[in-house]
Amino acid sequence: MGLGLLASRALRSSRIFTSPVSRNAIVRTIVSTPELQNPEASAAAQSPPEDLPIRTPVAGARVEFTNPDDAIEVFVDGYPVKIPKGMTVLQACELAGVDIPRFCYHSRLSIAGNCRMCLVEVEKSPKPVASCAMPALPGMKIKTDTPIAKKAREGVMEFLLMNHPLDCPICDQGGECDLQDQSMAFGSDRGRFTEMKRSVVDKNLGPLVKTVMTRCIQCTRFATEVAGVQDLGMLGRGSGEEIGTYVEKLMTSELSGNVIDICPVGALTSKPFAFKARNWELKGTESIDVTDAVGSNIRIDSRGPEVMRILPRLNEAVSWRDALAVVAEVIHQVKPEEIVGVAGQLSDAESMMALKDFLNKMGSNNIWCEGNGMHPNADLRSGYLLNSGISGLEKADVFLLVGTQPRVEAAMVNARIRKTVRETHAKVGYIGPPTDFNYDYQHLGTGPQTLSEIAEGRHPFYSALSNAKNPVIIVGAGIFERNDKDAIFSVVETIAKKGNIIRPDWNGLNVLLLNAAQAASLDLGLVPISEHSIESAKFVYLMGADDVSLEKVPSDAFVVYQGHHGDQSVYRANVILPAAAFTEKEGTYVNTEGCAQQTLPAVPTVGDARDDWKIIRALSEVAGVRLPYDTLGAIRNRIRTVAPNLLHMDERQPATFSALLKPESGNKMSSTPFGTAVENFYMTNSITRASKIMAQCSAMLLKNMGLLSYTLINSWKISVLILVASKTVGQQLMIPALNKNQHKREPSSSWSLHIIKLKSRDLLPCSKIMVKMSNLPDYIKIWMLSQ
Amino acid sequence: MLARFATQRLLEIRQAFRQIPQTSRSLSTALNYHLDSPDNNPDLPWEFTDANKAKVKEIISHYPSNYKQSAVIPLLDLAQQQHGGWLPVSAMNAVAKVIEVAPIRVYEVATFYSMFNRSKVGKYHLLVCGTTPCMIRGSREIEDALLKHLGVKRNEVTKDGMFSVGEMECMGCCVNAPMITVADYSNGSEGYTYNYYEDATPERVVEIVELLRRGEKPPRGTQNPKRINCGPEGGNTTLFGEPKAPPCRDLDAC
Repeated sequence: MGLGLLASRALRSSRIFTSPVSRNAIVRTIVSTPELQNPEASAAAQSPPEDLPIRTPVAGARVEFTNPDDAIEVFVDGYPVKIPKGMTVLQACELAGVDIPRFCYHSRLSIAGNCRMCLVEVEKSPKPVASCAMPALPGMKIKTDTPIAKKAREGVMEFLLMNHPLDCPICDQGGECDLQDQSMAFGSDRGRFTEMKRSVVDKNLGPLVKTVMTRCIQCTRFATEVAGVQDLGMLGRGSGEEIGTYVEKLMTSELSGNVIDICPVGALTSKPFAFKARNWELKGTESIDVTDAVGSNIRIDSRGPEVMRILPRLNEAVSWRDALAVVAEVIHQVKPEEIVGVAGQLSDAESMMALKDFLNKMGSNNIWCEGNGMHPNADLRSGYLLNSGISGLEKADVFLLVGTQPRVEAAMVNARIRKTVRETHAKVGYIGPPTDFNYDYQHLGTGPQTLSEIAEGRHPFYSALSNAKNPVIIVGAGIFERNDKDAIFSVVETIAKKGNIIRPDWNGLNVLLLNAAQAASLDLGLVPISEHSIESAKFVYLMGADDVSLEKVPSDAFVVYQGHHGDQSVYRANVILPAAAFTEKEGTYVNTEGCAQQTLPAVPTVGDARDDWKIIRALSEVAGVRLPYDTLGAIRNRIRTVAPNLLHMDERQPATFSALLKPESGNKMSSTPFGTAVENFYMTNSITRASKIMAQCSAMLLKNMGLLSYTLINSWKISVLILVASKTVGQQLMIPALNKNQHKREPSSSWSLHIIKLKSRDLLPCSKIMVKMSNLPDYIKIWMLSQ
Repeated sequence: MLARFATQRLLEIRQAFRQIPQTSRSLSTALNYHLDSPDNNPDLPWEFTDANKAKVKEIISHYPSNYKQSAVIPLLDLAQQQHGGWLPVSAMNAVAKVIEVAPIRVYEVATFYSMFNRSKVGKYHLLVCGTTPCMIRGSREIEDALLKHLGVKRNEVTKDGMFSVGEMECMGCCVNAPMITVADYSNGSEGYTYNYYEDATPERVVEIVELLRRGEKPPRGTQNPKRINCGPEGGNTTLFGEPKAPPCRDLDAC
């Protein structure tokens, strides 16, 4: 037995001897990753410690719970963190203050999950999981700094560096390269790969983007979502895989420069900036772009007196503050009577209350809800409600529809009328433009002329009305917009009086409203003081109002658009404040029969959107006229003092007082026939106009479509695409190819607005357009004015 | 200590003298990017023939109307058959137009699959299987024999445009290795065939090439006259009797 053998035996035995106490002993077995060998020990070590040092979320990551029920708790390295349902593991880690390395994941792009750099260990998961693509589940125990996670990332890094050239000294990305930074943490000082590195031919992408494709790590963070054009793609397979355009093609998008900013390595760099400076020599100054009105956030990098380059800047918190500051400054510069507020047809009662209070504090009372016209009768609830109630319509035996097409205005009301007509053979008389009903009706006439004939008893329908037991008159809300509205209503009331339509036991005089916000806005008293306020306005606040006739707004007026779906008004707006859609917020609405109902957030808000009332509340503070409510409960208390009926949920509050008190209107009815209130059933508001399904419905089902608009607002940069189709010819729609922009307007470098005007020579069948449209995302949001 | 240094030094020397490795093995006939040439550029008109237009319609009918892009592979295949075995960029553009996607989406698919030839191939495109079983059984010799006989390099077309030789991955004929495949584009998409010639030898593949040149159709399958399909040479050597039923537990005992 040699000496060496003896010694090794002695060592081995001593190791065996000391191992049970080795945890506390000075002598320890040398195992590089003890936890790997002993999973129980690692689990024990990870038990939630009591006094952990506080961690702050990464890069100001914050979370807002729209619905507390959706909060789930996960543990990141033992720290409990509350997150909303649907967040990914990576986002949860960011909230818990752990920065996860990543290449392909970008908060503004859809998830690719192909770089594998963000691998973390999740308890009870057999393999490390890609945190960017994995949704966080309740009680998940995420470990970001275990040996398994570290080893996995080191492995990924070794693979990435296998083919990545070591040309950092001549690479323009050097110093601001994600790969360089992360290889500091996870890279090895040597590689095990001894074969040749792959090389890839450089592509010519135009004057802005310089390519060194050999440096590409195939993160696929490019093109379609960033620039909105489908030019770049992933070609080849395996080690031969590369990113390119296949045929040589210059990137035409004006946003193509942004791929430089997105590329985590030096594959796509700035051509004008090539070899000019190193990023550590530069002084970065955060500023805004003044080449247009949007005020895009930028960073100016300078060296000495020379501006070297300009980069886009991502700073949400500042953007909001800036935006509100700008609005507050402007609103103080104009006279109170020049301030105008318009609530959109989808506004909830709370935000309308806040808007009214805010503008009142600013000294203006020129606020109304679109669709209500300039002289809404907000004094008597009976003047704008469906007084019979929707179910009450079934008791009626004669209907007189004045300027309303319930089939398209309110399909549910129409269903009731249809049921009544089919069951009791109730008579229906209709005054208005020729239209389709799905039940028998008499077309009495097209305009106010017929109405006055009935009022004077000269019309044959008068006898039917006066002989009826429960006669019903339904006046369409489209009449609100007419100048002779009061005259029409007084004639209708004359008919009601003569026909004994309003009795203690029966109120058959009805108004059928068009929009969800109308009833609540009238309850809250959103009535403009002056009829022509918008023509002289210097400050226009559009809260989701997309149907306002913007031609009347003076060109020097400052327009604020607060809303969710970019629509007509967005193009006129000076500042856009992103707000939550009805699916994302809690809000009160009143329906046409006076029943208050609530919406609840079904999905979390996207990006930087906030509830409408919160935006106004924040703005009021910036403007120095703080509104006295901070919570939904407080704002409802305020509503209680104005319109208590809005707080009685799911309960119909009929108009208490319905005597005919109105004085005879002085002005005469004009002879203009009644118009159509709803031109396109499928596209009545900004949400439906932005929906591709509604666009399909509209194109397939409406043969004579006046306007087809489609808005695409990309999540990274706003790029708006409107297709405006003129009148259709049969099933043929006039549309040019999507990539042929006949008219392009660029409000700024970070916005692109393509207005494609249609010419009749570009004829394509309807179905083809729909396929083109179906390639575009259908649920799109406005993001920030800064990006 | 000394030994460790010596080993390390030796490794370094070996590294230094290491031959420059072969250029990356490419199964595809073309580069991953397009270079304009007189017979392959986006300006050349390309359309499906009338007979193939009916086929296109039929292929697209297999997919939901809003997922036309699913038809990209069958349509590229059809276009390749029609165009004599390869896909010029204008053919890919034509497919993109039919399925209404951006052309890059078609290029991505066409570059991914090595069966889509993006440069010219012969009327008979000979593909030698290079995967392990065939390689052990002599596929390299077969390829050498073919290249030498035709006087071309891999993925090159003979001067008369008749033949080209490529390599492919396993086609699942390992039991009859080595094998070659002949993609016959001589008669367009109507007469298109894709035949396996198994148990190939360097001599036999040359004979096959000559038969094809004369317009004959050599019998496909195993080229070893002593074998029937994939059975052993000279008849069965095992499995003579009726196969025994598989063991089954006694159900009554349960």
